[in-house]
Amino acid sequence: MFHLLNAGIDWGLAIEKLLLIVVVVSIALGFAMYSTYGERKVAAILQDRLGPNRFGPLGLGQPIADAIKLFFKEEIIPNRANKVLFVMGPALAMMAALMTSAVIPWGDKIIIGGKEVSLQIADVNVGILYIFAVVALGVYGVMIGGWSSNNKFSLLAAIRGASQNISYELAMGLSIIALLFVTGSLSLKDIVVGQQETMWNVVYQPLGFFIFLICAFAETNRTPFDLPEAENELNFGYHQEYSSMKLGFYLFAEYINMFMSSVLMATLYFGGYDIPFFNEAASTLHPNWIALLGFLSLMAKTIAFVFFFMWVRWTIPRFRYDQLMHLGWKTLIPLALFNMLLTAAIMLYLQGR
Amino acid sequence: MEALTNRAKQIDRSPMTAWEKMYLPAIVKGLGITFSHMFKKRPTIQYPEVQRPFSSVFRGLHVLNRDEEGRERCTACGLCAVACPAEAITMEAAEREHGEENLYREEKYAAKYEINMLRCIFCGLCEEACPKDAIYLSETFAPAHYDRKGFIYGKDDLLIPDPNTHREAYEKAAAGRVRHKVSAF
Repeated sequence: MFHLLNAGIDWGLAIEKLLLIVVVVSIALGFAMYSTYGERKVAAILQDRLGPNRFGPLGLGQPIADAIKLFFKEEIIPNRANKVLFVMGPALAMMAALMTSAVIPWGDKIIIGGKEVSLQIADVNVGILYIFAVVALGVYGVMIGGWSSNNKFSLLAAIRGASQNISYELAMGLSIIALLFVTGSLSLKDIVVGQQETMWNVVYQPLGFFIFLICAFAETNRTPFDLPEAENELNFGYHQEYSSMKLGFYLFAEYINMFMSSVLMATLYFGGYDIPFFNEAASTLHPNWIALLGFLSLMAKTIAFVFFFMWVRWTIPRFRYDQLMHLGWKTLIPLALFNMLLTAAIMLYLQGR
Repeated sequence: MEALTNRAKQIDRSPMTAWEKMYLPAIVKGLGITFSHMFKKRPTIQYPEVQRPFSSVFRGLHVLNRDEEGRERCTACGLCAVACPAEAITMEAAEREHGEENLYREEKYAAKYEINMLRCIFCGLCEEACPKDAIYLSETFAPAHYDRKGFIYGKDDLLIPDPNTHREAYEKAAAGRVRHKVSAF
């Protein structure tokens, strides 16, 4: 037993990371839980209604009531469905949604008992590539769920979702390449530090940010790109046969995805945990306070983005499928390529000077 | 040819210009419209706590009225049943005994008085037909029931509480309408 404990593993680090994972995942879940409340409230306010206001002050207990409702619903697995894949679908969707949080820097560092603790689960030097890989995995949740349901509508929706995600991932990748020309690093931590030292990346990459934003809408299956769950065309989309908590996981994964892409946009283009108009390096505040303020700054940016997601959802109707493909392949990809070439040219010019 | 109404709207079917094809100006405009709705007044009424006032001519559930001394006004003449287009009202008459003068206003009274609320169309003709001001339509509507029997309202459901012993309940049931007619009598 002891030789295992002494096998060169830093147990302090392992425990520290484990705690960080628990905290980050619970924050992500809590945030997703309250974005369902936020979504209903924003929808209501934009439509001159009141929204949930019965359970708890301002209706803040509503997510709990929703969760209880979903838990107590009957769990139905269709007779002809592929049982293993049917259960795996929502699990994969949930897992892929949560895995993104591993490489996001949630703050600078805190000091506990003289020990520096980084507020990033893993500072992978290919952080952006990792995120792309995980986001691509998210398609499997949709695809497997739709296919294993043994239902034509679900399958149609799943195919729509998969083709949509793949199409928009291209433009997203190209817009990120332009960003990488500017930052010169794939690590999310380095990108944030770079933005702290100079300017937010959105100043250098407005077009790139714009393309990334549109693609983020498409990747999270939000309106106007919610074709995989088009209620009026496909009954309910890829999760039509699902009920109880399995359905809950799918719906939840969507909100976690929304949260994660908001955090990602804030990190890549809006300075991450950088506090605007405040020089962290020159400040005399205790690092713990700076980390807390930085985290709050990141959360404020995230909430602004999440609100924007909801605001757009209750404004714009859904794209038709051909319009969706037209926009993705014939507009966004050429635009992203143009942006990439322009950025490359400018960077080369600046270096050659 | 002249249009019948002036509501027909001509739709511009010309191809979109480059500006329109960008979609974005239109989307920004739409976002502005939805955002402006955040500051609009909400017309919602929090129903069980707040209730919208009824119209003064609203016709709801029936009330069998009493006079100032708490005696039933109905004499079981049957005019309401005759007037009723839905044939929802049935009654049985009885003669007043000695010692019941404090219960019934006149010598004849309704021993049984039933209104079938499933048949009733709430037209108010019974109210108009009544020569004794004994029946009124109030401001409440029939609640839901699990069976049909619950919708047949007997005298104990319809009769207004005694104004002398249960003043508050009487006022509530009268809801400002019956009282007016009583005092005018």
